[in-house]
Amino acid sequence: MHGLSTFEPKNGLVKWLEARLPILSFMHGSFVAYPTPKNLNYWWTFGAILSFMLIAQIVTGIVLAMHYTPEATLAFSSVEKIMRDVNWGWMLRYAHSNGASMFFLAVYIHMFRGLYYGSYKAPREVLWILGVIIFLLMMATGFMGYVLPWGQMSFWGATVITNLFSAIPFVGDDVTTWLWGGYSVDNPTLNRFFALHYLLPFMIVAVVGLHVWALHVVGQNNPDGVEIKDVAKDTVPFTPHATMKDGFGIICFLLLYCWFVFYVPNYLGDADNYIPANPMKTPPHIVPEWYFLPYYAILRSIPDKLAGVIAMFSAIAVLAFLPWLDTSKVRSGKYRPIFKIFFWVFVGVGVGLGYLGAMPPEGGYVLAARILGVAYFAFFLVVLPLLGLFEQTRPVPASIADAVLAKGGAAHGAPAPQTLG
Amino acid sequence: MTVEPTRRDFLFIATGAVAAVGTAAVVWPLISQMSPDASTLALASTEVDIGAIPVGQIVTIKWRGKPVFIRHRSPKEIDDAAKVDVATLPDPQTDAARVQKPEWLIVVGVCTHLGCIPLGHAGEYDGWFCPCHGSVYDTSGRIRKGPAPRNLAVPQYSFLTAAKVKIG
Repeated sequence: MHGLSTFEPKNGLVKWLEARLPILSFMHGSFVAYPTPKNLNYWWTFGAILSFMLIAQIVTGIVLAMHYTPEATLAFSSVEKIMRDVNWGWMLRYAHSNGASMFFLAVYIHMFRGLYYGSYKAPREVLWILGVIIFLLMMATGFMGYVLPWGQMSFWGATVITNLFSAIPFVGDDVTTWLWGGYSVDNPTLNRFFALHYLLPFMIVAVVGLHVWALHVVGQNNPDGVEIKDVAKDTVPFTPHATMKDGFGIICFLLLYCWFVFYVPNYLGDADNYIPANPMKTPPHIVPEWYFLPYYAILRSIPDKLAGVIAMFSAIAVLAFLPWLDTSKVRSGKYRPIFKIFFWVFVGVGVGLGYLGAMPPEGGYVLAARILGVAYFAFFLVVLPLLGLFEQTRPVPASIADAVLAKGGAAHGAPAPQTLG
Repeated sequence: MTVEPTRRDFLFIATGAVAAVGTAAVVWPLISQMSPDASTLALASTEVDIGAIPVGQIVTIKWRGKPVFIRHRSPKEIDDAAKVDVATLPDPQTDAARVQKPEWLIVVGVCTHLGCIPLGHAGEYDGWFCPCHGSVYDTSGRIRKGPAPRNLAVPQYSFLTAAKVKIG
């Protein structure tokens, strides 16, 4: 897609560099001249929002690591020292903890966008699977990060989740001991979680690089699900159009982020994590951070320990098969009226599972979690394969330009995109 | 012919200005967090009880991570320090310029050569002697012989009472 380099250096220094490492023309082709569909809506700004949040988390994380001590007897008080003594420490800590929540909010919106508009369909299967890998890495990173303050929820959340590995037949207990570095979650566990929490974000950066590369090879999807046919009529250059739109999207997202950081910084957290970890006392309700709740609900909904673990990991793994589970020839949900209904039901199922994940596994909550858990898997394994065979879809526009014109009214004509200044 | 600035120009400049201020606001805490934090600043000053130090004794206390010598000088030591010809010193400085009260000499116990801690009541002038490379200091902590270029540093200090001094 970015073979359309309009980069013609006049400057001698630039030409010298280009002959040795054409990085400037590469950046130009990827982010300045890159042909961007004209019909993208604001759901398409979340890729840039996610890139911003990844950098924000890395920067705040590195800065926090200058003051944090990853040792069981010192970790909790080192975090309090950051909050009280380090210049701007309270802000950096809240930026990092709320940043994680915002990172997951953005990634869920980004994934739901992909689901609705069929961004996972051919030729974007690898792009989608790379996204699933990024999601997994994010969950591992977030899980380990939450352990580091060494509060009650840090410790007991770590205990519950690492204990899942003991469900593996034959080798389960040995694997768990190996993970712990001991006979329970303790200092060795904390130390290695810190090392890995520092490492994984850079792996995420690498996979994001592959993700953007895969995207640029096949080109972006768009709300109408129609591929680019004529670059001049269907697209605009990425800069300034998408650059500015992404910038505006980021600013709006930052408003929400800052509201959490400065006004309700502990709203999304658990009060029990302000109690130092006590291996001798389990809190009455062990609850993970909100972004893990749907998967936690699926885990607990199955009474068998191993089956529950398999169900939880399957709930994430099923995403990787999405390009092949959905049989519809029509890409975008915009032209699939029945799919639209099931999509929103699925969103409701996700939110419902999230709610149930926070509730104690008793009474009516148990049955509700089982029903919604079945609904979750049914969406991928039953609804999507069948819908493609039977759905009466609406007619898809012939091109992106046609879709834009139909929206704006044919009287407007098709002016070429102008850039001033 | 002058071109009138357009609304677009205004918007570009205004946005750019806000973006610049916003960037500075984000970057400043990231830089400031590396400066000494409140707990380190709390140790920037140390109060020391000197009432129990007998004449002739040198006491070493820790201040900002470094040793500080507090020497309760005898009249002979004060006299030796005062009657030196300043012009002959490698780092000329009168004894009066280095003390607030003549019987109390307070200096940072780090050799100005390469940073070792000199030994007290040692050397030709009965001041200090640095065993690392042989620097010799007098009873005012001034360098007399050896490779050290400057006199032992005098930290900022004040007497809160006759028996209590605050260093730093």
